[in-house]
Amino acid sequence: MKWEAVIGLEVHAQMLTDTKIFCGCSTRFGSEPNTQTCQICIGMPGVLPVLNRKALEFAVRTGLATNCSVSKYSRFARKNYFYPDLPKGYQISQYEHPICERGNIEIVVDGEVKRIGITRIHMEEDAGKNIHEGTGGYSFVDLNRTGVPLMEIVSEPDIRSPKEAVEYMKKLRSIVRYLGVCDGNLEEGSFRCDANVSVRPFGLKEFGTRAEVKNINSFRYVEKAIEYEIKRQIRVIEDGGKVVQETRLWDAGKGITESMRSKEEAHDYRYFPDPDLVPIMVDQQWVDEIKASLPELPDAKRHRFVTDYGLPEHDAELLTSERTTAKWFEEAVRAGAQAKTVSNWMMGDLMKLLNEENKSIDACPIRPAQLAGMLQLIDKEVISGKIAKTVFDEMYKTGKDAEIIVKENGLVQISDFSEIEKVVNEIIARSPKEAERFKAGDEKLLGFFVGQAMKATKGKANPQMLNDLLKKKLS
Amino acid sequence: MGISELSALLEKREISATEITASVFSRIGSVEDRIKSFVTLTHAQAVDMAEKAEAQIVSGNKKILSGIPLAIKDNMCTKGILTTCSSKILGNFIPPYESTVTSKLLEQGYVLPGKTNLDEFAMGSSTENSGFFTTRNPWDTERIPGGSSGGSAAAVAADECIAALGSDTGGSIRQPAALCGVVGMKPTYGRVSRYGLVAFASSLDQIGPITKSVRDAAILLNIIAGRDVLDSTSAPVAVPDFTAGIGRDIRGLKIGIPKEYFIDGMDPEVEKAVRDAIKQYESLGAIPVEVSLPHSGYAVATYYVLATSEASSNLARYDGVKYGFRSEGRDLIEMYMRSRAHGFGAEVKRRIMLGTYSLSSGYYDAYYKKAQQVRTLIKRDFEDAFASVDVILTPTTPTAAFRMGEKTDDPLQMYLADIFTISVNLAGVPGISIPCGFTSANLPIGLQLIGKHFDEETLLQAAYAYEQSTDWHRRKPNL
Repeated sequence: MKWEAVIGLEVHAQMLTDTKIFCGCSTRFGSEPNTQTCQICIGMPGVLPVLNRKALEFAVRTGLATNCSVSKYSRFARKNYFYPDLPKGYQISQYEHPICERGNIEIVVDGEVKRIGITRIHMEEDAGKNIHEGTGGYSFVDLNRTGVPLMEIVSEPDIRSPKEAVEYMKKLRSIVRYLGVCDGNLEEGSFRCDANVSVRPFGLKEFGTRAEVKNINSFRYVEKAIEYEIKRQIRVIEDGGKVVQETRLWDAGKGITESMRSKEEAHDYRYFPDPDLVPIMVDQQWVDEIKASLPELPDAKRHRFVTDYGLPEHDAELLTSERTTAKWFEEAVRAGAQAKTVSNWMMGDLMKLLNEENKSIDACPIRPAQLAGMLQLIDKEVISGKIAKTVFDEMYKTGKDAEIIVKENGLVQISDFSEIEKVVNEIIARSPKEAERFKAGDEKLLGFFVGQAMKATKGKANPQMLNDLLKKKLS
Repeated sequence: MGISELSALLEKREISATEITASVFSRIGSVEDRIKSFVTLTHAQAVDMAEKAEAQIVSGNKKILSGIPLAIKDNMCTKGILTTCSSKILGNFIPPYESTVTSKLLEQGYVLPGKTNLDEFAMGSSTENSGFFTTRNPWDTERIPGGSSGGSAAAVAADECIAALGSDTGGSIRQPAALCGVVGMKPTYGRVSRYGLVAFASSLDQIGPITKSVRDAAILLNIIAGRDVLDSTSAPVAVPDFTAGIGRDIRGLKIGIPKEYFIDGMDPEVEKAVRDAIKQYESLGAIPVEVSLPHSGYAVATYYVLATSEASSNLARYDGVKYGFRSEGRDLIEMYMRSRAHGFGAEVKRRIMLGTYSLSSGYYDAYYKKAQQVRTLIKRDFEDAFASVDVILTPTTPTAAFRMGEKTDDPLQMYLADIFTISVNLAGVPGISIPCGFTSANLPIGLQLIGKHFDEETLLQAAYAYEQSTDWHRRKPNL
């Protein structure tokens, strides 16, 4: 039987506010345990939460950027459960009335654009951290993270493959980074996801029973964990069993998901509206102001790159995934370079070099105008495309302009007809046998002659002229 | 003597702040072992505060409360001073911060003689649920003082302080004030900041004054009222001078008498005292009007669903992990269970269970949600009634102070002690209890006046007019 996966993601994004969601403590990562706490975030008796306006603004920004409608009336609710890293015995979250609802974003998979629905975005506070290792038999609690503002972004079950899930995650990350509301750091846990996965016979409308997979902390694992879970569920059904509704934990070491708790063991969180926080009535004028202040977002930029620069969807998607990358591209084009050529160089050599050093494009030693300058040298046939690769590497290493590198290293392309002709004549004279064979129809040997000529000119021979000349002389 | 009288004497330098504090502690020394109002006496701090107050007065910087000893219910956080909520689970808790209300009192130079007893976490109507001991009614020490602010009310009635603060979730200021023969006021929900008040039921809790006179209640309300950035539920409403309306005559004032509040089972002596009070109001030119609050019968049930639901969540933080009482266990779950089993008293545990049940999946709609809907109806009852009257008059309690142990075996009987006060919290409107007579056994009877949202001015005006035309508030218990 052919199976279809149905996937929905819940993404938790830590908001980049300076202070916590309900008190004035700093949100900085990596400080000494319990140094960024106060009576409010550690839940002492009698204290009260007061909403950080910035957190609300960030959630609204994200909602607007994902085409959600912003709720006129929104409320916080308490999610009740006992755990040492949860000092109040409840987490302040949103339940019945989230701040944003009914949005969508676009992803590009295999060059095709697909729309994924967003069910809701709600605000909540993060919990602290329990520390069990190296603590001499005790468990310690670090409450620095307690009260750091989070957004939970819940997708519709519109995702159909692990690859789509990854693209969705990447697009969301790209959006929150564009907005400056989250740093999207998966390793530090400031951008994390749970996946709801089910399978059904292809063509069937009803959903299968879903399992929730937790503890996924990299793009690679999003793909691997979901892939594993889909296969597992298909195997269970094909073996005559039934998928049970449960929460499963991704074990990256073993590469499998394992049952954490069944539906019967699921917590009853006893949600109810938090009486300590008044309902949020969002002012339309404020929403309009935020909307007007939004930057151009990845999808809009991608559309523009396709229409304005004639780029393929795939190129446009990649170039717009980071605001800084898109900016670099546009600056290079503005400096006079041809769009698709810039795109090729960026997605190829440039990304390769940056990735090798794990550098972001902000730290790129080559300025966009410098790439444009090099491309002009190719256009003017000062250097060949082949030499350009050497020049490009040198530019990356030294930050010098292409023109200077070419001059300093004598890399100017030989386009002088008589000079190339001289080389061609010498090579043919040196290899009479090969020349005979070529003339007899063994055209593969052209490569041999080009190679010899390039060797003789240290790669500087104008490739077009060289080709033409060789063919002429050998015919 | 009350705040205003003492203040005048201090101003004229006929008495010193240190003398007042010394006199209060001398009184405490002679009656406290019989009354047991205080969980913690703060003699050293009080002497220190009185000296500072005296210095303020001498240097001509007298504040409104300079040198005035005010007892604070032990569920309001006082920085560096034990704050227990009369619970074992917080038996060792010293807050590193000050509640907003006590910060405001500090700014005005008050003196803290001690923290007063209450039913554990303010859950109860007699102080018999205190995790430590029961406070006695100064009018009859075999009887309870009411609750949960029983310690504060008894301390005021027994002259162990000049006035006090209490908190009122379902009647916890007004009911003990009535049973102890003093004035107790619950302001409009949102009028006074709850920051630093250890929460019982957040949507109902409100701090208010317990005083020897209506004027003193107005003076304290002036100080503690107002929007607080630390409490989002404190209302951004202007605070008038609550003493301004005091003394204004009340001719033409329409007083609503809700027919639902004169019920079977009400003590006839209480009913007579309240009916006499209505006549007294008439003689002062006020106009009694019968009104209806049709959903009153549902108030107690509604309250016990909502208050316990909120409490079950509010009290989750007492888990033995961070502060307060811990009972060790073999693992985390056992530590949680033992700490909470040993740290909380029976009534608190009963309410946590009730609330947990009401919020549980499958029961939420039938209990919590339904109760919220009824709460809206009760609120509307008051809005409708206030369309035609200025204040509403009821008894504060169905009976005078009962005997210790009389109702402890029957929680439902105990819950009914708040039958007349609970609706006021559900509706969020202000209420005040003032003395209106005595039973044949010489036990005080209280009269409750209920006002419109944020109209404490009219409420105080009406209460003052009655108080000044009677002598009830001048009577003192024989101790």
